[in-house]
Amino acid sequence: MKKRNHHTDTQPPRIAEKLLLWFLRDDLAEEVLGDLGEKFFQTCEKQSLKKARHNYWYQVMHYARPFAIKSFRSKRINTSMVRHNFAISFRQLLKSKVYSFINIGGLALGMAVAMLIGLWVNDELSYNKYHDNHDHIVQLLRHEPSATSTTMTTGMGTLIAEKFPDHFERVVMVRGRVEERTLAFNNLKFTQSGYFIQEEGPGLLGLKMKYGSHSGLADINSIILSASVANKLFGDIDPINKVIRMNAEWDLKVTGVYEDLPGNSEFNDASYFSTLDRYLKDRAGLNVWSNYNMYVFGQLNPQSNIDEVSELIEAAFMERLAGQNDGNTAFFLNPMSEWHLNSEFENGQRVTSKAQLFVWFYTVIGAFVLILACINFMNLSTARSEKRAQEVGIRKTLGSTRSELVAQFYMESLLYSLLAFALSLVLLSATLPWFNNASGKSMIQPWLDADFWMLSIGFMLVTAFLAGSYPAAYLSSFQPVKALKGTFSTGKRASLPRKVLVVFQFTISIALIIGTITVNNQIRFAKNRPVGYSPEGMIGLRPASPDFNKKLPVIKEQLKNTGVVASVGAANYAVSTTRGWSGGFEWAGMENTQNISFNTISISHDYGKTVGLEFVSGRDFSRDFATDKQAILINRSAMETMGLDNPVGQKLTRVSDWKDPEHYIIIGVVEDMIKGSPFESTSQSIMFLEQREMRWLYIRVNPAVSLSSAIPVIEAQFNQVYPAAPFDFQFTDAEYASKFEAEERIANLAGFFSLLAVIISCLGLFGLASYVAEQRTKEIGIRKVLGASISQLWHLLSRDFAMLTLIACLIAIPLAYSVMSGWLADYEDVRTPIYWWVFAYAGGGALVLTLVTVSFQAIRASITNPVNALRSE
Amino acid sequence: MKETRLGDFEEVILLLVGILDQEAYAFKIAEEFESQTQRSVSIGAVHSTLNRLGEKGFLTSEMGESTAERGGRRKRIYSITASGQRVLQESRDFKVSLWNQFPAFASGNLKIEWLNL
Repeated sequence: MKKRNHHTDTQPPRIAEKLLLWFLRDDLAEEVLGDLGEKFFQTCEKQSLKKARHNYWYQVMHYARPFAIKSFRSKRINTSMVRHNFAISFRQLLKSKVYSFINIGGLALGMAVAMLIGLWVNDELSYNKYHDNHDHIVQLLRHEPSATSTTMTTGMGTLIAEKFPDHFERVVMVRGRVEERTLAFNNLKFTQSGYFIQEEGPGLLGLKMKYGSHSGLADINSIILSASVANKLFGDIDPINKVIRMNAEWDLKVTGVYEDLPGNSEFNDASYFSTLDRYLKDRAGLNVWSNYNMYVFGQLNPQSNIDEVSELIEAAFMERLAGQNDGNTAFFLNPMSEWHLNSEFENGQRVTSKAQLFVWFYTVIGAFVLILACINFMNLSTARSEKRAQEVGIRKTLGSTRSELVAQFYMESLLYSLLAFALSLVLLSATLPWFNNASGKSMIQPWLDADFWMLSIGFMLVTAFLAGSYPAAYLSSFQPVKALKGTFSTGKRASLPRKVLVVFQFTISIALIIGTITVNNQIRFAKNRPVGYSPEGMIGLRPASPDFNKKLPVIKEQLKNTGVVASVGAANYAVSTTRGWSGGFEWAGMENTQNISFNTISISHDYGKTVGLEFVSGRDFSRDFATDKQAILINRSAMETMGLDNPVGQKLTRVSDWKDPEHYIIIGVVEDMIKGSPFESTSQSIMFLEQREMRWLYIRVNPAVSLSSAIPVIEAQFNQVYPAAPFDFQFTDAEYASKFEAEERIANLAGFFSLLAVIISCLGLFGLASYVAEQRTKEIGIRKVLGASISQLWHLLSRDFAMLTLIACLIAIPLAYSVMSGWLADYEDVRTPIYWWVFAYAGGGALVLTLVTVSFQAIRASITNPVNALRSE
Repeated sequence: MKETRLGDFEEVILLLVGILDQEAYAFKIAEEFESQTQRSVSIGAVHSTLNRLGEKGFLTSEMGESTAERGGRRKRIYSITASGQRVLQESRDFKVSLWNQFPAFASGNLKIEWLNL
């Protein structure tokens, strides 16, 4: 045999060897290591080092057999000691219940919040991932000088589909708006929102079909339904080939049922898909170039580059639009991955979106809360363990080795964090429904998610390790004599990190409190604006019936005859939207030639009375004047925009390319109505008398009758006049209130986070104060003996903490001010001032909270009998 | 109560111990097994079986000398005991008797070589 060169790199893997020795019976070690070594060198020689190492691991694993494994009830690991450590830890936990509760509860809170936020962020980041082709789906967008728009003409979609079949697997056009329609089957009818999409749509979106296939939309009169809608209409059966009626107008055959789309899909509001041909009535509509009413989606081929294809499309459109396009419009493809979090544009450039900012913001808050909770946990564990120096001394004297003490402290911190983890899971499951509600999500409990468990357990172990490290490393190093004599003490320096921590926590708490109050102020400010009409006591609905206009006088008459209705009005757009814009108006004294757009709606007689328009001057439309067909109402903003001081009686002319000029006379001015967002100034608007088809019906209930008793009466009349349409009414005041949803969501969450931050800060402070009070037990005893009063002692103990809170105020106030000014800057027209009392409240509140928290400990320490304190040797 | 029957794998290992004689230790036995049967086996599996055969009293073992390629570690050399030899014999006799009862083979022209070794 050759002599072998025992070089380091031709040694068997060290870890494998260690592992083997760990579990292998000691008496087998020599022969087994010898055998495996021989095998290793042989493999090394005959094959390769890599193979040999690999094989060594294989051999080691195969030694895990009952005969070869050592008995782990040997002396080396003492199970009775482990049991003893657990018992001691558990007794420690029970001995100081308040401390344990604070420590475990605080950590559990932090963990639960981090989990909630983690779920939220995960939900945001996984937006649209539900769709199988999400990597390749793109949407065509266009930058205009004023804004970036998603709507295209049908001609554009058709051109792309015909010209670039090499680059696109599919091109699909969708009617560029979610459409509300009534779906009726037998006696059941529901108003549902959905899309009119081209044939390839279901394939593009990768809908998961429960019944039928992706090719369901081939026929013009077909529709596919979401599972929940199908269930509402047909129950739990296969509804393929059943015929449903849409808007009492079209008979559509159900050709498929798809799994409901999840909340974090761009199409989550689609409860049906019908055909675009059906919407356009025929295929001739697929090559129109003047009407921007389509979304254009495509699925790129995997090898096509999105930027190159964007340029090709841009070039093709430039050619087609030559002469019409002033060169200000640019077309490009937006990939699906960017839709949700990265699709805000300014001047043709992608800018950081609000949604993205929220994701960052929440991530930072989640991390902060978690870190705060962790630091508290470690801090309290450490502070607590210093009291146990004597215990350590005795243990050492009795022969504990250092590694046993280290194990004990780690065990203890593991026990605590395990309990905290369990508690946080309970908190999570209890608060998730509420959190879903507050954040407008539909997240599910993550109990089956392996990643969730890996992350949480990993985090728990790290926390346990960090929290246990200080006592484990530091306390176990004491010399028993010193520890027993009690000369052990913490110096001034040791308390500095804790002070920094308190300041840090209170800074965040105070800033969050200020933020919460300011957000609420902003909401209240917008709510206090005059609405301009009376949403209370009124219902509105959009009767889905082709003969709505024809029967309008009938329903008005019948409703009035019931006596429960005060008045009935109609309009072509809802009172809660700002839809309907047109320009081309001219009036006497018009200053520039600039074309100002006005919000224009058509209203019926009695509409003003029904919604409660408030007249500044002039009068409402009246049936007494036949000339009112040529009359208009304007709002205060319009009056100001036009620069008219006394508009009633003034003339207004509408000029357009395709019609003769139309002349109108202003007969009345009304107060601004908040139709759009209450956080934006009202747009200038003009109201015409029944120029367009009416679509919305508004009913003001007789104030003498309660709403709940009036609704059934109204419904009966409605069903009689419009038997095909569902009575899907909305309370106008509820609809108005929903305009505050986004802001109220922020307010709710901000309130929730500040509450948590305050609780966690107070827990930390409470623990710290109790620690300090206990440290100074003897000092307080001596002071009392020498004649200090309780109030003096209270002052002594509280002063330090009050100072810390004041420092936190000084940092938090400018911080919160700058953040809140930034937030309010987005509300250009409607903006609450930032009041000084907000800062005073937040700072004062924090100070009071600090004093209450600390006083509890301070007073308890001051009223104890000094004899007890001094005798505790 | 100790199991004293001989399993298939055990029988092969026992025979290999006999074949290898002074070189009969776990690594070599595993090597020999692989080269004779073209089947792979881990040293641990062989060791486990040797251990079991030892418990059944078919094998004894003692520590041999060390060599350089074992990093100076000694090896455990196994040898067959009298009862081990007896159980091998019984196993062979049993099989031969089975072969003889098989008419097609008992006629003589299909007699297999090794039976007459």
